[in-house]
Amino acid sequence: MLQEVLIAGFGGQGVLSTGQLLAYAGMIENKQVAWIPSYGPEMRGGTANCSVTISDEPISSPLVTEPTTLIVMNRPSLDKFEKAVVPGGIILINSSLVDQKVKRDDVQVMEIAANQIAEELGNTKVANNVILGALIELTGIVSIESVVESLKKVLPARRHNMIPVNRQALEKGTQLVLEKGTQLVKEMKK
Amino acid sequence: MSKVLMKGNEAIGEGAIRAGCRHFFGYPITPQSELPHYLAKRMPEVGGVFLQAESETSSINMVYGAAGTGFRVLTSSSSPGLSLMQEGISYLAGAELPCVIVNVMRGGPGLGSIAPAQSDYFQAVKGGGHGDYKLIVLAPASVQEIIDLMQVAFDLGDKYRTPVMLVGDGILGQMMEPVELADEVTLPEITAKPWAAGGLKGRETPNIINSLYIVPEDCEKLNHRLFAKYEAIATEETRWEEYRLADAEIVLTGFGTAARIAKSVVDKARAEGIKAGLIRPITLWPFPSKVYAKAAEQAQRFLCVEMSMGQMIEDVKLAVNGKKPVHFYGRSGGMVPLAKDVLAEVKKIMAGGDE
Repeated sequence: MLQEVLIAGFGGQGVLSTGQLLAYAGMIENKQVAWIPSYGPEMRGGTANCSVTISDEPISSPLVTEPTTLIVMNRPSLDKFEKAVVPGGIILINSSLVDQKVKRDDVQVMEIAANQIAEELGNTKVANNVILGALIELTGIVSIESVVESLKKVLPARRHNMIPVNRQALEKGTQLVLEKGTQLVKEMKK
Repeated sequence: MSKVLMKGNEAIGEGAIRAGCRHFFGYPITPQSELPHYLAKRMPEVGGVFLQAESETSSINMVYGAAGTGFRVLTSSSSPGLSLMQEGISYLAGAELPCVIVNVMRGGPGLGSIAPAQSDYFQAVKGGGHGDYKLIVLAPASVQEIIDLMQVAFDLGDKYRTPVMLVGDGILGQMMEPVELADEVTLPEITAKPWAAGGLKGRETPNIINSLYIVPEDCEKLNHRLFAKYEAIATEETRWEEYRLADAEIVLTGFGTAARIAKSVVDKARAEGIKAGLIRPITLWPFPSKVYAKAAEQAQRFLCVEMSMGQMIEDVKLAVNGKKPVHFYGRSGGMVPLAKDVLAEVKKIMAGGDE
């Protein structure tokens, strides 16, 4: 098993912490994990992304150049990374924020109105975890339980009241995949 | 023991704390700024000193002062900052002061880029400052190894009364990996330093810390003493990792991040029927020359992988001593080699036969 995930969006969207959460969950499952942020000279409000690798084998370079899954949280990230995804790979798009369509036809795409769903759950901050839930269901990369376990470690004690709504968000993402599934872009265009 | 996810830069700081270091002087620079950030919070918790100096020149001379009084002391920077420190490092070597200096390397020369690189190898191992001296240079390849080698760095510095350098790169500094940390921190026993200028403490004559030997005969004696020490270090303290080396026809080599990539290429090459192996120096000085010399009896070729235009390759060639060809694959300026490109190079070399 080798999953190379690239999570990209604006600074402040929780792109880096979502990646850390995924890496932490992988570590809890005793997998090999690595996380690394992009640290280019970015302006405030500029783009941010991070690479997460989860594998059964030792990880060589933690930099993900050809993601098996790309999570897109803003439009510039889709422009920048769409072509990097491996053929047959997955692109998960937060369609609450990105109105653009994927141009490639050899990848699986799922559009998730994550902010809207999070709002329905009562907290827009859990939008990323709706997408993370979908990623988990699609790839089996880690279990929901491990992510929840990680939240206990990553969140300070005073934020532990946020864990139930985060779990709901993760489960909502899972449910969306079961209902809707991804489609090869080719099929969507028919 | 508990397993935590930790950034390489933070691991340098935590490793230092656990090794009994209570003094840090430094100046922020990407890609190592998380280290001073971490220690700014952590040092006060353990009653230590964190000081952000006004420049790297200043930090290294604060290190000289703290080391001269016998404390375990750390400074850290990235490539351009290390260039500024070189005068101070030469003085530390001349005055035989133990300390740990960290370089989280970035692309150069000049202001260069802030992306990961290994192009300060020469500066680290060949004496970046003036005069006849060596540093013990440690090159970890994972966040766990950073924690482990920080302890080694401080211990070796004290044991031999010499400055020690730990080199990483932007990837090792920025990446998070799981590390095993002991829950109970027992402070290591730090051996007494009767030479330190830490007060008379009942002695009649003061200890003087100096690197000025104005009489040439005395200065030569210093050099002979230093080099006797370096010989002992080379005999006792050389460290390296070997991987699938015994029957290897092509030996890949590199340090730090480049070695991680080379190691994965060894497995990929083996999967395609190419007998590949790896030598990873953990001490860049002393360099594990004998390991290469021995490998050259069996292996047909060497491939040195670096994040530079080729620096360590000179030491590999000296060690192989013309017995077998030594090839090179490198990316520079902050670019990182891709495993698939290194594998393509391996295949190209092996297809070339004994030309």
